[in-house]
This record gives sequence, structure tokens and C-alpha cells, in this order.
Amino acid sequence: MFIREPYECPECSNLFAKWGHNGLAFCQLIGQAVILNVRAFVLIPFMFKKRIFPEVSYQLFFTGIRSLPVISVVALFIGMIFAIQTGLELQRFGQEVQVGGAVAVVMLREMGPFMTGLIIAASVGASIGAQLGTMTVSEEISALEIMSIDPIRFLVMPRLVGLMVMMPLLTLYTDVLAIAGGAIIGVTQLGVEMQAYIDNVVLYSENKDLYTGLLKAVVFGFIINMVACHQGLTTTGGAVGVGKATRSTVVISFLVILITGFILTKIFYG
Amino acid sequence: MIEFVDIRKEFSGKPVLRGLNLHVEKGETISLVGTSGAGKSVTLKHMVRLMEATSGKLLIDGENILELDKAGLAKTRMRFGYLFQGAALLQWMTVYDNVALPLRENTRLSEDEIHERVDAVLEKVNLSEAAEKFPADISGGMEKRAGLARAVVTEPDILLYDEPTSGLDPVTSRTIDRLIFDLQKELGVTSVVVTHDMISALTISDRIAMLHMGTVSEVSEPKEFLKSKNEVVRDFLDSQCISPKFFEEFPERILS
Repeated sequence: MFIREPYECPECSNLFAKWGHNGLAFCQLIGQAVILNVRAFVLIPFMFKKRIFPEVSYQLFFTGIRSLPVISVVALFIGMIFAIQTGLELQRFGQEVQVGGAVAVVMLREMGPFMTGLIIAASVGASIGAQLGTMTVSEEISALEIMSIDPIRFLVMPRLVGLMVMMPLLTLYTDVLAIAGGAIIGVTQLGVEMQAYIDNVVLYSENKDLYTGLLKAVVFGFIINMVACHQGLTTTGGAVGVGKATRSTVVISFLVILITGFILTKIFYG
Repeated sequence: MIEFVDIRKEFSGKPVLRGLNLHVEKGETISLVGTSGAGKSVTLKHMVRLMEATSGKLLIDGENILELDKAGLAKTRMRFGYLFQGAALLQWMTVYDNVALPLRENTRLSEDEIHERVDAVLEKVNLSEAAEKFPADISGGMEKRAGLARAVVTEPDILLYDEPTSGLDPVTSRTIDRLIFDLQKELGVTSVVVTHDMISALTISDRIAMLHMGTVSEVSEPKEFLKSKNEVVRDFLDSQCISPKFFEEFPERILS
């Protein structure tokens, strides 16, 4: 059951009391969102049940395949932009051959999962927030609860699977395309031999870069689902509320992805 | 069967239900009427704990549902059918799948048995031909009927209706009333109907409860309700031009 009546901050004249109450409200919000997603995570073993699997499959398709066009364009151009910027600087020192390594390391470690996370938060996350928000204000979620159908198993878990499975795959795809974009610039603009570019990519990339990048992608998938589902399922106030939930989904996801990305980088490379 | 004992509910410190006491007998149909903000829908939502009471007891067959844990609540909710104001059909499913959903999720019936039950219910509400349509492709009246089909397909003991005729034209409203009336006679369920529509309340109810300022200001049978001297009731009836001679004037002796 979802808490439709959140913690209310009483009217306080004391500034510190007000901050305290706001802090409690914020903690309740975080707690609710985490518990919601952890409960969905625990239900993942049920994803192969006959009546759930079609929805899980659709979410995998919706998150993965439907995001490919936008991810392809962004990844390719990010790789090209990064190769131009670094390549031109490296060229000043006659080191333009190193551009492959620079693109590969940056993409694998940081930009691959980060860019994929932002794109998925803005597209899939916003879509989940808006859909669940609309279902909440039109009482479809209440209808599920009254039919004793757990919305977490029915709605949240399939979306969580979709995001946690597809985020690392899409990140890998982003990495490959961005490195390819870098190669286009390296070969056509910087005069780097294709073989030299590839050798440089292989030389500087480590398995650890790939694993940490993919781990980040899984964590970002969890975060996007956590924020989107929580925002959607606690929507109030009709169409305006749905708009707010969608906006909050994107903004909060961006911020949490950024901060979590930093923390993970600090843990693995700090 | 259903008993509200001094139920109180506050939103942001503002009282909405102020010690509500109401008893609903098994098998009876009671309508909750009142002005907007009187607490009708809030009362209905408390019965399935879509809202939590601030204090009081809500007994269903002697069991206080406000004290039930998650599993107990899920079990109790299976005894209810609920028709929402906007029908609340899942938009990505056809009418058939919407009606079949509670059976697929909560019973061990085979797909053939589900098909049989859903077909029968859709026929009862005259929606057989719209079974494969999506909610967005049918009218408001049809959506309400589909919502009603979903509410009764599990053969619940208690049916709750939240504004079943709101937003519908008068002709469709009477069709819905007749449907509710017929289903109740056929299934013998206990029904609680929240409505503004006095014609609806007078024609389908065994008793009518007037809610005012979060309490029940009058409960009586429809004929006595019409003759009530209670100022709140009189204002409410007069605002809809319902005369004390309603039962003599209304055509076709209504639904009975």
C-alpha cells in the first residue's frame, strides 16, 4: 500500500524546527522510494511467471530497442566531439595518435554510463513517471490494490528488470559507437591510421574500466526506476500533478545519477 | 455487516469525518448522499482502506479492518467489488482483459473458465460487442459498465459504487441504475453507493444516508427520506427539484 498522505510539516515559527520537519519529510521520501524499489527487486525471481513475463518482455523492448535511435546518434556524436577536442590539443604536441585511448577510457569509465543514464532518465524514466502518475490520478492504481493485485509486482518490478538489464547493454553499445565516432574523426580529421587508433584503444583500456562502467549502468538503471516509480505512484493533483511528477523524475534522476556517479568513481579510482 | 464506529479522519489537521457512525445490514443497498466535501467518497475509501482513519473502528462482520495486516487486508479486499467514478480501467488492456484481470491474478481458474465467466458478465452489462475494444475507444457509459463488470466478475459480497452516474446523460444514468438494481437483486450483495443523483439514490436504495459536515445527519428508507423535515435533507432534495410525491410522479414505478 502506498502512502498517499505524506509526512506533513506543521506550521513552525522556529526556523530550526521547520528545517527539522523538512528534513524528516525528505527522509520519509527517500525511505519510501528505496523500500519501493527494494521490494520490486526482491520480486524479480517471479519475472518468469506466465502472466508477468509478457510485461517484462515489453519493458525490455521499450527500454532497450526503442531507445536505440536516440542513443546511437548521441553516442556517435559524443565520440566525435570528444575526439575533435582532445585530438586538436594532442596534435599540438604531435600526440594525436593517443586520441583513441583518451576516447576509450573516458567513455568506458564515465561518459558511457553517464550519457546513457541521462538519455534513459529523460526518455524512459519520464515515460514511466508520466504513465504511473496518470494511473495514480485516474485511480487505476487504487483499482489494482482493491483487486488485491500488488502494483509493485505488476508495474514496478517489470520496469526495474527492463532498466537494470538494458542499461548495461545500452551503455556497452554507447561505448562502442562513441569509440567508432572517435575513429571517424581520428582517421579523417587528425590523420591517425585506423590500426594505430585501435591499438591505442586496446592499449589504454582496462577490464576494470569496462566493469566499473557497466556496474554504474546497472546502478543508474536502479536509480531511474526508483525515482520514476516513486514519483509516479505518489502523484496527486490531476494533470498538473502528472506534469510535476514527470519533471521531478527527470530532474531528480539527473542529480542522483551525477552524485552516485561521483561516489562510485571515488570508490573505484579514488 | 459493515459498521462505522466513531470514525474520524483529518487532512492536514482539517476534520473531514467527525465521528461517523453508520451500520449497513447484510444484503441491503444504502446510498450515501450529500454535498461536495461532505465526506462521502472518503467514507467509501475507508471501507477498503484506500485511506486510513485517524481514529475509530470499522467493523466488517465484526472484524476491525483498520487493524488488519497486509495479508489480512488483501484477503478482505477480495470480498469487495469497487466501481470507481472514472471506471479506472487499465488503458492498455481491452475491455475483456480488464474484466478478466482479477480472475487471472487472484484465482486458479483456467483460461476457458475465465472466458466463460467474463463472457457471461459482459453479456449482463450489454458489452459483449465491445469486449475487444480499448477503454479509450468506448463511451463514458460503456466504461462505467465495463467497470461494473470488473467489479462483479469475482462475485464479491460487498459492492461499492463511487458516483456511478456522474458525468453521464440522464438516459444512460437510468440504464446504469437499472443495471445496478438488477445485479443486486440477482447477486444479493451488500451495496454502498455514493451519489449526488437523488433519482438514482431513491430508485436503487433500501436506505439513504445523508452525510453533512463529516457525520450522518439522517438515515432512512427512501419514502421517509422524501418526507424528512431535516433542513439539510430538504435543501438537498429541493436543489434537485425532488418533490415529496416523487414515487407517485416518477414514471414506470422505477425499477422494482
